[in-house]
Amino acid sequence: MSAALPLLALLEQEPAHGYTLKQRYDDRFARTRPLAFGQVYAALSRFEKRGWAEVTEVEVVDGPERRRYRITPDGVETVSAWVYAPQQPTEFAMSNLYARVSVALSSGRSAIDVLDRQRVQHLGRMRELTGLRKDADPTELLAITYELAHLDADLRWIEEAGNRLEELA
Amino acid sequence: MTPEPAVLATRGLTVRYGDTVAVDAVDLTFLPGSRTAVMGPSGSGKSSLLHALGGVVRPDGGEVWFENERLDRLSEAQRSRRRLARMGMVFQFGDLVPELTLVENVMLPLQVLGERARPARSRALEMLDALGVAEVAHRRTGAVSGGQAQRAAIARALVHRPAVVLADEPTGSLDSLTAEQVLDTMVAITTASGAALVVVTHEHVVASHLDDLVVLRDGRIAVGAPA
Repeated sequence: MSAALPLLALLEQEPAHGYTLKQRYDDRFARTRPLAFGQVYAALSRFEKRGWAEVTEVEVVDGPERRRYRITPDGVETVSAWVYAPQQPTEFAMSNLYARVSVALSSGRSAIDVLDRQRVQHLGRMRELTGLRKDADPTELLAITYELAHLDADLRWIEEAGNRLEELA
Repeated sequence: MTPEPAVLATRGLTVRYGDTVAVDAVDLTFLPGSRTAVMGPSGSGKSSLLHALGGVVRPDGGEVWFENERLDRLSEAQRSRRRLARMGMVFQFGDLVPELTLVENVMLPLQVLGERARPARSRALEMLDALGVAEVAHRRTGAVSGGQAQRAAIARALVHRPAVVLADEPTGSLDSLTAEQVLDTMVAITTASGAALVVVTHEHVVASHLDDLVVLRDGRIAVGAPA
């Protein structure tokens, strides 16, 4: 997922410095992979150029200047367009896993082994999420159940692919 | 001997039905308090393995050790006695006695073990409550839903604090939310009592509540083997 539009959406909630924005982004959208500061500042400068955000205040505290940004009406419109635009379902059609299984099959490596190893990894992550779910707040719960549902879908495919390969063997 | 400190173990376990080998030379070890999911395609030998672990069927080869005793060498009556006293089994479609109410069904293992009616009833009600079906405890199985009957079957498998709980698709008839609550309850109760829990399932969500995974393929272990 590109980080830019979710960042803009966070700016819609209230004006913020880049640093605060990064923290909010990590809390909400990047539980497993925090955003790099460079990406946040690059995104903010792009928003400014496109007229989606503007600087409301520049502070200088012990060194570098801190710029506080707020969203513009054009920025709000951009967020709305992004939120309501359905995602292309084909985005989910190809995956690294499928590619590895396919390469294993065509190269004489064990595709079943690829599937079995991935199953163990997936189930490990599912266990972790199932544990986290017990104390999750409603927003976290949405993120957790989303990831769980996708892992479950992958695992169903792993199972089905395993059965098909068994039949071929 | 059962490899210490295992409560249940197999060595070269083999189950055949005619020419078909359902379970093929399987070695497994289950420690007290362990929680294992057994998965695999239809016909991979999951249920046969569970039945052999519980002494419901006598294996055609290999050994089944339960609490330092060769289960496979016992007579059917002896195996049945061990199962009643020290194991809890949950089958795919429950198997409650239809003439009895849910609480009477859950009391059964305790009464067979010589517990008096009053404490047995109180313990049975406690288990039904933990599984969320206390309000239908006094109905017969025909007057409750499939899911409620299944939860009572689970209560019956846990009520006598068994050393091992063997469950075959225990949440198959439950909606996903109830299934997860019931699994959490099974895990909590077996963890508290130190029982080993073995669950046959085709659902990864169910397996994600358990710590270990065994995948069977053509009767053999394809993935994992609990410590």
